[in-house]
Amino acid sequence: MTPKDTGALLQIRNLEKRFDVDSGFLESLKFRGGKIVRDTTSVHAVNDISFDIGRGEAVCVVGESGCGKSTVARMVANLLQPSGGSITYDGQRIDTLKGRDLLPIRKKIQMVFQNPYASLNPRMTIGQTLEEPTKYHNPDANAGEVRDKVAAVMKSVGVDPNWAARYSHELSGGQRQRIAIARALTVDPEFIVADEPISALDVSIQAQVLNLMLEMQEKHDITYLFITHDLSVVEHFGTKVVVLYLGSICEVADTRTLFAAPKHPYTKALLSAVPQLKDDKPNHIRLKGEIPTPINLPSGCPFQTRCPMANERCRVEKPASVTQPDGSLVACHAVEEGRTEPGIESGVKEAV
Amino acid sequence: MSLLSVRDLTVKFSNRGQSVTALNGISFDIARGERVGVVGESGAGKSITGFAMMNLLSRPGYIDGGQVLFEGKDVLKMSAREQRSLRGNRMAMIFQDPMVTLNPVLTIGQQMVETLRAHRKLSHEEARQIATVKLKEVYIPSPEARLDQYPHELSGGMRQRIVIAMALLLDPQLIIADEPTTALDVTIQADIMELLLEMCRSNMVGLMLITHDLGVVSQVTERTLVMYAGRIIEAGKTRSIINDPQHPYTQGLINALPQQTPPGSRLKQIPGSMPSLNAMPSGCPFHPRCPLANDLCRTTMPKVVQYADVEVACHEVQRLQSDLTSEAAQ
Repeated sequence: MTPKDTGALLQIRNLEKRFDVDSGFLESLKFRGGKIVRDTTSVHAVNDISFDIGRGEAVCVVGESGCGKSTVARMVANLLQPSGGSITYDGQRIDTLKGRDLLPIRKKIQMVFQNPYASLNPRMTIGQTLEEPTKYHNPDANAGEVRDKVAAVMKSVGVDPNWAARYSHELSGGQRQRIAIARALTVDPEFIVADEPISALDVSIQAQVLNLMLEMQEKHDITYLFITHDLSVVEHFGTKVVVLYLGSICEVADTRTLFAAPKHPYTKALLSAVPQLKDDKPNHIRLKGEIPTPINLPSGCPFQTRCPMANERCRVEKPASVTQPDGSLVACHAVEEGRTEPGIESGVKEAV
Repeated sequence: MSLLSVRDLTVKFSNRGQSVTALNGISFDIARGERVGVVGESGAGKSITGFAMMNLLSRPGYIDGGQVLFEGKDVLKMSAREQRSLRGNRMAMIFQDPMVTLNPVLTIGQQMVETLRAHRKLSHEEARQIATVKLKEVYIPSPEARLDQYPHELSGGMRQRIVIAMALLLDPQLIIADEPTTALDVTIQADIMELLLEMCRSNMVGLMLITHDLGVVSQVTERTLVMYAGRIIEAGKTRSIINDPQHPYTQGLINALPQQTPPGSRLKQIPGSMPSLNAMPSGCPFHPRCPLANDLCRTTMPKVVQYADVEVACHEVQRLQSDLTSEAAQ
């Protein structure tokens, strides 16, 4: 498949990432059939995924631990080198950039990490933490301009600029995450990659941080790639959802379409597992077995080992993403063929 | 008589001669076979309550007063020997992270047999048989083979199932589960919660479920205690608390959930954050964050009153209640 330019701000095409698990060259040597051969074992973290992010969108990537969502985030933020495929930002390929060439992109794409207790340097004051990227990306700015910029950013995330002299340990979790967001905002980015930014925070604080992110989106027209496992946050925050399972895409759909009419059997199971506040009879679809290891991927569809609708075809042929009438992309033979299985339909709300 | 009855339990932590109060005279009951949820944010004192009930607090934490009556006997006054025979046997605990709970250098079987033989006179073979049965009850495939595996060979969901099986080994009357699914994925969480619910229902085991997830509480428990800054600020039937919360903090907690606002609009946030133990505000601990706070709230701790199906500690609710009674008197 040749990369097709859809004009979207960020285009991810056939992205792949493998991590070698052998600790060195010698360990990868195996003795087989009288010969010494080199055979590396690798974790297939991300396998051939493609999706677009348009300007002003908030695209959420969801899935269970180990599905490769953080790896995707890190590749987009240029913290990891893809093993294959391409990432294009605003018409420019960014995955091949190195060294100085990366600087302009770093200024446009910033990242917010999950744990603000780990992502802020404990030996730096808040002021120093925020001044560093400002100075680095605007080398011509004088000290006064840098200070003004930092104060403005702190104010915009709701932290008193007088706190610049404090250290991160003096702040609460919610305040720290505000500072982490402020740090990303110091260089006026267009695009923020947020890897589970609210998972480490309490419910009341989660709301504060999510509100801040929504506000920044409106004020600065920021595009988000939002990684999360919390589906209620996705429904609230995302414009588009990418469902990952074992490093492959199951379904890409507009948030409203996905929640109203999930199509992929995995998406259905995932949605049914979310504990609901008002409903005391959960119709939870129980998946059999467990997520296979990404070292030895199952043949065919990655979900076939646990899928209630899997058949012979699923076991040999990996399904391609097919566009549905409502615009969502679904990679599933069962959906493509219109297979129905009574067990799974009863579990979820019927599509309207 | 209730199975467990906690009365005015106070826990303090000492640090360089100074002490801070982590639990401030809390009281509640758990009936036989009843499932009670304890919710609140980090630092509210939920886990400390669980530990104090088993008398498992270690320095610098200590129990500064109160009673924990299990079947009428005060756990805190028992001898070490009596406590040991109670823990694991009559009361069992499930912790957040199964990787930390299980001993990594012993097989699953060794750990289960050890627990059984510490409390019952059983041969190794008999204990192994009971362990196999318990593993089967929590839907672990090929339980015989699992007994000889080490914890690291199993997935997170499987490990937490084993921890549940171990908690059920000696048929306890009460299980204290401290955030049992927080470390797990949502699909596995749903499995584990269903399992816990089924086990408690079929064996008439009481459950104290400590969690920050209101969705989980709503699906598993019959009664809920809401904690804030070391106090129980609201208690009642789970349905009443979820559908009609009275305390402004509980209301805030429920309203802050993304499900409660239309997509894309601002969430209803609670301003500020939980006070730290050494800087507890005067009066009601929630008053700096409370939208309804007045001068009375800033100076006096509210008493617990019964209002609209729940017990609440809030001056505003108290005022509503006295209005109601004076209306009734007229």
